[in-house]
Amino acid sequence: MSIDESHGSPRKSSSMRTPLGRVRNLGASGSGTSEFWHQRITGVALTLLIVPVIAVVMMLLGRNQAGATQILGSPLVAIVMLLFIISSAWHMKIGMQVVIEDYMHNEKLKLVAIMANGFFSAAVALASVYAILKMSSGV
Amino acid sequence: MVEFALPKNSKITGGKTWPKPAGATETREFRVYRWNPDDGKNPSVDTYHIDTAECGPMVLDGLIWIKNHIDPTLTFRRSCREGVCGSCAMNIDGQNTLACTRSMHDVKDGAVKVNPLPHQPVVKDLVPDLTNFYAQYASIEPWLKTTTPTPQKEWKQSHADREKLDGLYECILCACCSTSCPSYWWNSDRFLGPAALLQATRWVKDSRDEATGERLDNLEDPFRLYRCHTIMNCAKACPKGLNPSEAIAELKLKMVERQI
Repeated sequence: MSIDESHGSPRKSSSMRTPLGRVRNLGASGSGTSEFWHQRITGVALTLLIVPVIAVVMMLLGRNQAGATQILGSPLVAIVMLLFIISSAWHMKIGMQVVIEDYMHNEKLKLVAIMANGFFSAAVALASVYAILKMSSGV
Repeated sequence: MVEFALPKNSKITGGKTWPKPAGATETREFRVYRWNPDDGKNPSVDTYHIDTAECGPMVLDGLIWIKNHIDPTLTFRRSCREGVCGSCAMNIDGQNTLACTRSMHDVKDGAVKVNPLPHQPVVKDLVPDLTNFYAQYASIEPWLKTTTPTPQKEWKQSHADREKLDGLYECILCACCSTSCPSYWWNSDRFLGPAALLQATRWVKDSRDEATGERLDNLEDPFRLYRCHTIMNCAKACPKGLNPSEAIAELKLKMVERQI
C-alpha cells in the first residue's frame, strides 16, 4: 500500500503529479479580497443600521397596514430599511458562500449550491425592497 | 461533503497493554496510537508503562524509553530533542505540540495520550505524511527574490525593518499549527494553511525582497488565503509561541491596502 492510499488520507491522489504541481494546480484565481472586504463593509454597515432598524420595528409593532404605511412613508425610515435589506442580503450571500466552499467538496454540487445561494439572496433582497417601496409609496 | 467521521479503515480498534516494567517503583502510563501499513489491520492504541525513575521528564523521553526498553517497533520522528528541528510534532493529550518540549508531568489526569498529527495520512504509528505540507511551503517560494543586480557585499536592511520579521522567522515548520486548523482539515488540498501563510508573510514583509506584489498575486485566491477564518487554533498550538493567525491577518490587510 502506498502512502497516498493509507488510511485517513484526505487526498485522493491516484495521479502521478508532483506534490508541488498538485498544490499549484490551476494557479491563484486572482479574486477573494473583494468578497472579504465586502463582507467587512456590510458587517460594519449592519452593526450601525441594526439600531435604527430595531427602533423602526418597535414602532411598527401593533400597527395596522395604514399605520405601517405612514411610518415607512418617511424617506429616512424607508432608506434605512432599504440599506439594511441590501446589506444583510449581501452579507448573507457572502457568508453562506463561505460555508458552502468550506464544506462542500463535490464540485458540481458546489456550483449548484453557490448558484442557488445567489438566486435565493437576490430573491429575498428584491422581494423585501419591493415591499418597502410599495409600502413607503403608499400603494 | 466534508468527512466528519473517520473512514472505516481508520477507526481505532483495541490495542495491546504491555506489562509494567519489573522492579519499577514509579510508573507513568502512555497510550500510544499504533498503525502498521504492512499488517492490513486498523489502527489501535497500545498501553505502555514507563519507569519514571529511569526516564527523562519529556514525552519524547518516554517514547524513546518505550522504544528502547519495551517495544522497538514503535515508530516516530525525532532529532534535536530541544524544540529546534520540529521533527517530533505530534498530538499529545489532545494538543498538537513537540514531544521534546512537552513535559509528561504537564499532562494531568492519568495516561499520556499520544497520537500522530491530526488529519494527515499516516506513514506508520506517529509518523504523518507531510508531503503536501512541504509542497505548500515550497509554493510560496521562501527565498529572497530580486531584480536589482546582487550587491557586492550584502542586501542591506535597517534594524527597524529587520525587527518586522520577528515572530515570523522563528517558525520551524513542525506542522503543529496547520494540522490543528479545521479549515486546513477540510481543504488542505487548496488552503495553504497557517504555516505556509506565516512564511508567506515573512517574505512579503522582508524589506529586501522585490517581489512583494507577485507574492500577493500568488495568494489572491478564495482558497489559498481566505479559508482562514481566524479560528486561532494555530496560535494556541504553536510550540514556538508564534501567531500565524495574526500573520495571515496582516496578509489580508496588505491585500485590501493595494485595492483601495
